[in-house]
Amino acid sequence: MRGAGTTRSKPWTRGIVWTLALGWLALTLLPLAFVVFTSLKSQQDSFDKPVWALPSHLDWSHYASVLQGGFFTYLRNSAFVVGTSVVLIVLIAALAAYALVRLKFRFDKALFGLIVAAMIVPLHITLVPIYLLTRDLGLYDTPFALIGPYVATSLPVSVFILTEFMRQIPRELQEAAQLDGCGPWTIFLRIFLPLSGPGIATVAIYNGMHLWNEFIFANVLTSSPGNRTLPLALWDYQGEFSSNLPAMLAVVTLTSLPLIVVYAFGQERIVKAMMAGSLKG
Amino acid sequence: MNRQATPTAAAPWTGRRRHAPEWLAPALFLAPALALLAVFLLYPLIESLRLSLVEWNGLGKGRVDVGLDNWSALLRDAQFWRALGNNLLLALMSVLVQLPIALALALLLDKAGRGSRTLKILYFLPLLFSSVALGVIFKNIFDPHFGPINTALNAIGATALAQDWLGDRRFALLTVTAVVCWQNIPFYMILFLAALASFPPELREAARLDGASDATIFWKIKLPHLQGTVRTAAMLAVIGSLRYFDLIYVMTGGGPEGASELMATYMYRTVFSSFQLGYGSTVASAMFLVVALIAAFGMRLTKRFETRV
Repeated sequence: MRGAGTTRSKPWTRGIVWTLALGWLALTLLPLAFVVFTSLKSQQDSFDKPVWALPSHLDWSHYASVLQGGFFTYLRNSAFVVGTSVVLIVLIAALAAYALVRLKFRFDKALFGLIVAAMIVPLHITLVPIYLLTRDLGLYDTPFALIGPYVATSLPVSVFILTEFMRQIPRELQEAAQLDGCGPWTIFLRIFLPLSGPGIATVAIYNGMHLWNEFIFANVLTSSPGNRTLPLALWDYQGEFSSNLPAMLAVVTLTSLPLIVVYAFGQERIVKAMMAGSLKG
Repeated sequence: MNRQATPTAAAPWTGRRRHAPEWLAPALFLAPALALLAVFLLYPLIESLRLSLVEWNGLGKGRVDVGLDNWSALLRDAQFWRALGNNLLLALMSVLVQLPIALALALLLDKAGRGSRTLKILYFLPLLFSSVALGVIFKNIFDPHFGPINTALNAIGATALAQDWLGDRRFALLTVTAVVCWQNIPFYMILFLAALASFPPELREAARLDGASDATIFWKIKLPHLQGTVRTAAMLAVIGSLRYFDLIYVMTGGGPEGASELMATYMYRTVFSSFQLGYGSTVASAMFLVVALIAAFGMRLTKRFETRV
């Protein structure tokens, strides 16, 4: 593919291409550089010197004070809520996708259409009733309050992705197992679940990323710092650090770091998962 | 497992569980998903429509049935219409700004060859940040006194161009829209890249042998090939814009004076700041109706296009 494209283009075309590409790169990286840069300045530097001035010395004190604060509580809550939700999403969506793809029953197409159509529902319409429900159940302001809405709202897209994957598993495998007397549960556990590995990874990554950064449910259904997730750490710190920009940006860096580390190791997979999740339209 | 490889065993699921009715297995497999969707999606949807007919602050027994009063108030509510207008403007900008830039970037990466892998990895970065993080970042970048944008403008003597980007009614919506584009362009770029990767190279080779220029190949071959993806992307952008919330809530809260208000931020403030659960539910329900209508219309439109192509 590359051969024809690059060797034939005139040098100035390539020049323009690279200038534009690097221009966009600058637009992408400059805001992020501003964050990391400023978070390492002393508060004095950030007041006295222009924003692009180098820090006079690397000041890690903001990171230290954030880490000594409640940061790890937020991190632990996020890990618990997102981890539990993703496991449940994968399991429940896989069961449903298997039934929709491989068990014949009346209205299976209509049901599939209905579940997929639910992707369009704006979450905001569910907010007030779920808030009231959570309050009535006594779950308000606990990490558990988030799991139900997280799992349910992730199901439509997850079922959609998994049906796409499961359709590609050959029917012959199922028919052979049926002849051996295997029931639907055995076939699901022994054949479909293991063979849906890539689809399951896609669903887990796609939802994991979304839920890790989820804001509105977490903001409405929890209130105390001890029960909140990472995106809310920023929200809660905002008052405390309103006059201390470097400290605030240290919080931004720290809350964003987990996903960036994960991305550094698995970017190929993550990009693929984002693609699969978006091809629903 | 009792093996019953008799000819009748080929019929679905009669081999092992002779007595189980045929609908039982699908019902059990689907039960957890349907139960959760019923509790956390369908019930809230219906409950919101019901709440749109009451006046209530969310506490105690003060829940008053007001019939369609909330809905007639909504129709006369200038703030809601302004929010809807802002949503539509955001949708328009998303399609007209985000998609062309995303497409251009995808074409650049597709052409750039070896270096493009690193570029792609770095371009993706904005998608890793939570909206709250991005909101905090850009609130500071656009800060009128200390932010890098105004500091830079003042430093090069362009003081006249320095603005109160988020605090001035004339600029607030444009500024947040720019940030929304910044955040989402990589997403659509990835989408277009995937479509370009499936572009058959023979097609390009054949066109080149016929003496077609880069421009001709783009307009006559690549763009038609991308048509489906462009439509999908446009649909996603429009629906996404209609229910947009996070970044704008963090950056401006819909202000100043409603200049960057969206349906979702308006609904949120009505419920969780003014504690008007009934009227907030009306706004949410109206938002749902707008999204459903436009989605249904969009799907019809794309279907009609598809049959024509």
